[in-house]
Parts: sequence; structure tokens; C-alpha cells
Amino acid sequence: KEMTVREALNSALDEEMSADPKVFLMGEEVGEYQGAYKISKGLLEKYGPERVLDTPITEAGFTGIGIGAAYYGLRPVVEFMTFNFSMQAIDHIINSAAKSNYMSAGQLSVPMVFRGPNGAAAGVGAQHSQCYASWYASCPGLKVLSPYSSEDARGLLKAAIRDPDPVVFLENELLYGESFPVSAEALDSSFTLPIGKAKIEREGKHVTITAFSKMVGYALKAADILSKEGISAEVINLRSIRPLDRNTINASVRKTNRLVTVEEGFPQHGVGAEICTSVIEESFEYLDAPVERIAGADVPMPYAANLERMAVPQIEDIVRAAKRACYRSVPMAAAA
Amino acid sequence: FASSSSDEVLTIETSVPFTSHKCEPPSRSVQTTPKELMGFFQDMALMRRMEIAADSLYKAKLIRGFCHLYDGQEAVAVGMEAAITRKDCIITAYRDHCIYLGRGGTLVESFAELMGRTGGCSKGKGGSMHFYKKENGFYGGHGIVGAQIPLGCGLAFGQKYTKDETVTFTLYGDGAANQGQLFEALNIAALWDLPAILVCENNHYGMGTAEWRAAKSPAYYKRGDYVPGLKVDGMDVLAVKQACLFAKEHALKNGPIILEMDTYRYHGHSMSDPGSTYRTRDEISGVRQERDPLERVRKLILGNDIATVAELKDIEKQAKKEVDEAIAKAKESPMPDPSGLFSDVYVKGYGTEAFGADRKEVKSVLP
Repeated sequence: KEMTVREALNSALDEEMSADPKVFLMGEEVGEYQGAYKISKGLLEKYGPERVLDTPITEAGFTGIGIGAAYYGLRPVVEFMTFNFSMQAIDHIINSAAKSNYMSAGQLSVPMVFRGPNGAAAGVGAQHSQCYASWYASCPGLKVLSPYSSEDARGLLKAAIRDPDPVVFLENELLYGESFPVSAEALDSSFTLPIGKAKIEREGKHVTITAFSKMVGYALKAADILSKEGISAEVINLRSIRPLDRNTINASVRKTNRLVTVEEGFPQHGVGAEICTSVIEESFEYLDAPVERIAGADVPMPYAANLERMAVPQIEDIVRAAKRACYRSVPMAAAA
Repeated sequence: FASSSSDEVLTIETSVPFTSHKCEPPSRSVQTTPKELMGFFQDMALMRRMEIAADSLYKAKLIRGFCHLYDGQEAVAVGMEAAITRKDCIITAYRDHCIYLGRGGTLVESFAELMGRTGGCSKGKGGSMHFYKKENGFYGGHGIVGAQIPLGCGLAFGQKYTKDETVTFTLYGDGAANQGQLFEALNIAALWDLPAILVCENNHYGMGTAEWRAAKSPAYYKRGDYVPGLKVDGMDVLAVKQACLFAKEHALKNGPIILEMDTYRYHGHSMSDPGSTYRTRDEISGVRQERDPLERVRKLILGNDIATVAELKDIEKQAKKEVDEAIAKAKESPMPDPSGLFSDVYVKGYGTEAFGADRKEVKSVLP
């Protein structure tokens, strides 16, 4: 059976709301509008306005209210129309949610989810097109998940809602409409995926490629291309950015001896930087080539289509980096 | 004590009338009992002594970092508690020691927390600004100015969602009253009829900035526009009690309301502030002489022949003794075990590793 990521997220929300009356959804346009991206479609009708709450366009206010409700013992799911707008509320996510359990020595837990689309969108310019994975993943107290497939979306969102800690759940607008095959197991209402575990999407021998969210699809396509040239790439779908599955990454690198990290976010202090450090710390002697980083360009997102394409990783970038890691590269013709 | 019956009902007029915004103010006549007044005196004397002791401990370098003292404002904490139950919630900013005490926190846990000891209410990991007592409805202790206001409205959301018929008192200072998120949260609280009571403790200075230099309209009880408000003499514990009784009833029926407590802090903003560059010594001593909350209750007790001067002195001596004993006990509490560095980051750890400064030397699987 196939299912879109949108249907996967919607069914996960539906099942968790049905299973636990403490779970409720709040955010801009989640109710009567049916969700800015239709993730919450039908939920208002099914659960009523007490549990599906349309908020004003005031992120600091409604995020703080969501966290207060979590202090009280409810399990809020706060939707950001996009994670760009979570910047209005980042103080609450970091200072009110992530740190409370620690500061109170376990008295004030924050069982809630912050979710919404994250990362580069298409043609919306610099303020609406950015990946916040490394921002949130740098903060202890938060868990940060980023699904790729429909199975990821269902299993991780259900796990996030059931989790006793605050979870930042980074979706991708451009994946919402994509269909993926889903197993019968993943369709069961008891299905969850473990937080902190990466998935090896494709096994390989010669080079490890780490990616999350939309970039997993790109990495898989790059692996197809590489295989035609005799390079067997192992693709790791991180799923969880924090905790980061250092064991799976390092085990893979110890096998392939080569690493390419891929992400849409800015390169400096990015997820790739952390993965690179982890591999240098734990598997330095296994590396046969310098680690390659593919990331968003180090510029605000441009609007023009040709520039925008240059600002986010493309499949050919991943292919080229993997070949470089395998000493099979043909340098890019002087571009730009 | 001298009084014949400690439960007889006394009716006492508040110091000044309430001023209201979009609501009928409650009566100035407040009912109390000798027993309650004696309790007020005792509680406020204990709070006052606790803060003075914290001042000394800070100067002796036994308390680190920030330390914001509450002396002068005691009537707000005590009067509020007299009007509500422990099922009602309170959340406040960083000037939180006395609110914690009012919610049933102990002196030993307070001082141990201030000194970063394992016996503290946050096991030494919170410090002065992060006291909590969730089982008695106290949700902290928040260090970011104004952030506790949406959080408090969220607690009220939880109370309404679970149909608990209780309310949340969210305290903030006149400095925080200008924060944008107050208006965001209040708008939502009003839209959703949340049982949220916003208590502006107006001590007239946000750090060292006088209210009139920070607020175009320092009438904070009116700043909710469409939300009703009440201006209260926050130095009069009975006025505070009356206002909080009124606000609780209002909030359960009609949603949010603002209480502006006209109060005063004797200490500076925090320990690094002598509190005398932006206000005059005369102003401080004037408030002490004219409006002190403890002295007001002392006069009521003496005027109604409830206790003698000597008996009240004894209560204050007893408070000092309790505080001194608590400090001695708190000093015996050990510093947190190094393993405490890694506990409570998450409720569940999932076997994830966390690292110290030198990750090769110090790491731990999060418990």
C-alpha cells in the first residue's frame, strides 16, 4: 500500500488524539482552514474546537500557552505554519520547554511536540526557506526528529507525541505530497519508531552518505547513479538529529571508510559539521579520504529559480562528492 | 494570645478603595479573623527574615549569581494564598523565594537551593530564580522577563481543558508589563475564556527604570484594554486577599482579569544593585514608614487587641530562629554529586550519551 507523507502525518495525529484525550493540536489555521498544508484535515470535525485550536498569528503567545499546558500535564502538539515562524517563539522552545525538566530537577516535564514544515521550500525567498535542524539540535533538553518517508512520518510523529520530553518535529513541505510504500506493520495504530535511531535506507560498501528529510531522497538517487559507475553507496537516513545516532554512523564509516554528509541547512555549525566531528573523534583511523560536506550555500535563500537551485544541494553535488571521496572525481568545469 | 476567640469575624476596611477597569470593584470591607491576621503576621515576618538572611548569605559569598529579594512585597504573596487553594496554580518570574514559601515550600529547601546544595528544591540545579513546587501548584521561578505570562495562560488552558474549576495566578513586574507576549497571551486567554489572572506586581521599577520612563501608560490594570482590571494596594494584605477572591470568581465565570498590585521592593533589583541610584533614600524610608505591609498588620493586631507588642516581638524572634536553624541545616546539605550534571536533561534517556567539557574524559549515558 502507498501513502503520502501528508496522509501519514494526518493519520498519526488522528490516532494519537484518539488514543489519548490529553493530546490536542493548536496553531495557525489548523482547524477551520484544515491546516495551511492540510496536515490537520478533518481533525476539527472529529475532535471539536476544544482539541483543535485555531490560534491568532502570535507565535510567542500560543507557543508559551502550549508549553504551560504541557507543564500542567497535557500533551500539546503545536503546529508552526513553517518553522521560520518558530523564531518568534524560539525563546519559549529553548528557555521554557527544553530547560524546565533540568532546572526543576525533574518536577516540570514538558511532554509536547512542536511540528511543521522546515527547510528549503520553492520560490519563497530568504525568510521562508531555511533549515533549523542544527539550531534546535544544539540544545540539550530537546529531541529533534526529521522524517523522510511516510513510514518515518507515522512512526516518528507517534513516538514524538507519546514521548515525555519536548520534541521538535521537522517536516518538509515539498515531501507532503510524495507517496511511499508503507508496510502493514507501519499502518498499525501501535506502530512507533525509536527516537535516536537512524535507518540504513540502502546498504553499500564504498562510501557512506548521511542525510535527513528531503535529502534522503536525493542521496538515494545519487546512490543509483553511483552504482552504475561501480560505486556502492550506503545511505543513512538520520531520522533523529538529536539524539544523533553516532553508533550507526560510525559503524557504517568503519565499513566504507568514506563519508559524505548531506543537508539543506547552512554549512557552518551544521548537522554535517557535528557528524564529521563524531567520525573524526571515533573513527579517524578508519577514514581513507577526507570527509565531504554537502550543504546549503552559505547565503540567504535567493528568489530567482537559477540562483535558488544553486543554493540547495542537488543530486549531482552528492554524486560528485561521493566520487571525490572515492578518488574517482572529475572536477566540476569552472562554473558560476 | 490576648484575643478571646481567634475565629470571630472582623470586618476591616482596605487602606484605599479599589480602582477598577471594565468591572464593578469588590467591597472595601474585608472579612478576616484574629487567627488569620496572626497567620499573616507570622508568614510575612518569616518571609522578611528569609530575604534579609539571603542578603547576608549573598554578601558572605554563599549564594552565587543572581538573587532577587522580595522584602516589601510580602503582602502580595500572603494575601493571594489566603484567597486560593493549592489546586490553583501560581507562576512567577525570578523574584520567587517568597512565593515558593507561600506555596508550602520549606526554609531549608529554599536556603539549600540558594546555596546550590543537593537538598534544595531543585536539587541545586535551579538556583535563586528557579524554585518550583509542582505538587502544591507552584510552577516556578522563570528567568526570562515576561515569558511566564503565556506559560501561566497555558496552565489556565490546562485547567479549563480538564474542567478542574481552578485558576492560575501569573505574576509579573511592571517591567514585564510592556512585553509583547503579554498582549499575545492575554488576547488568546480572552478569546478562549481561560481562567487566567494576571497579577502585575508593580514595584515601580523595572530594574532601575522607573515605570513612567518605560510605560506610556503606567496604569497597568487598564492595559488589558478589553480585559477587566483592578488596581489594588499591594501593601495591604487584606486588600490583596479581597482582590484575589474577586478575581478567582471572575476568572472562572468570565475569563481573564488583571490585578495591578501597587507594591514596593526595599532591596535593589538584584544583589548587584544598591537600589539607590535611580530612587531616593527618602522614598524608600517613606514607604517603610507609611505603607509597610508587616507594620500594617501589626497595627491591626494591636488595635483589635488580638496580641500584645511583646507577643508579636516573640513571633519575629521565632522567625529569626527558624531561619537561622534552616540555614544551618541547609549548610549541612552536600553539594550535588557530579553525576547530577547529567540527570534530568530528559525524562527518559534512551541510552543516549552526553558529554562533559572534555568529552574523552567526562561522558555519561543520560539516565
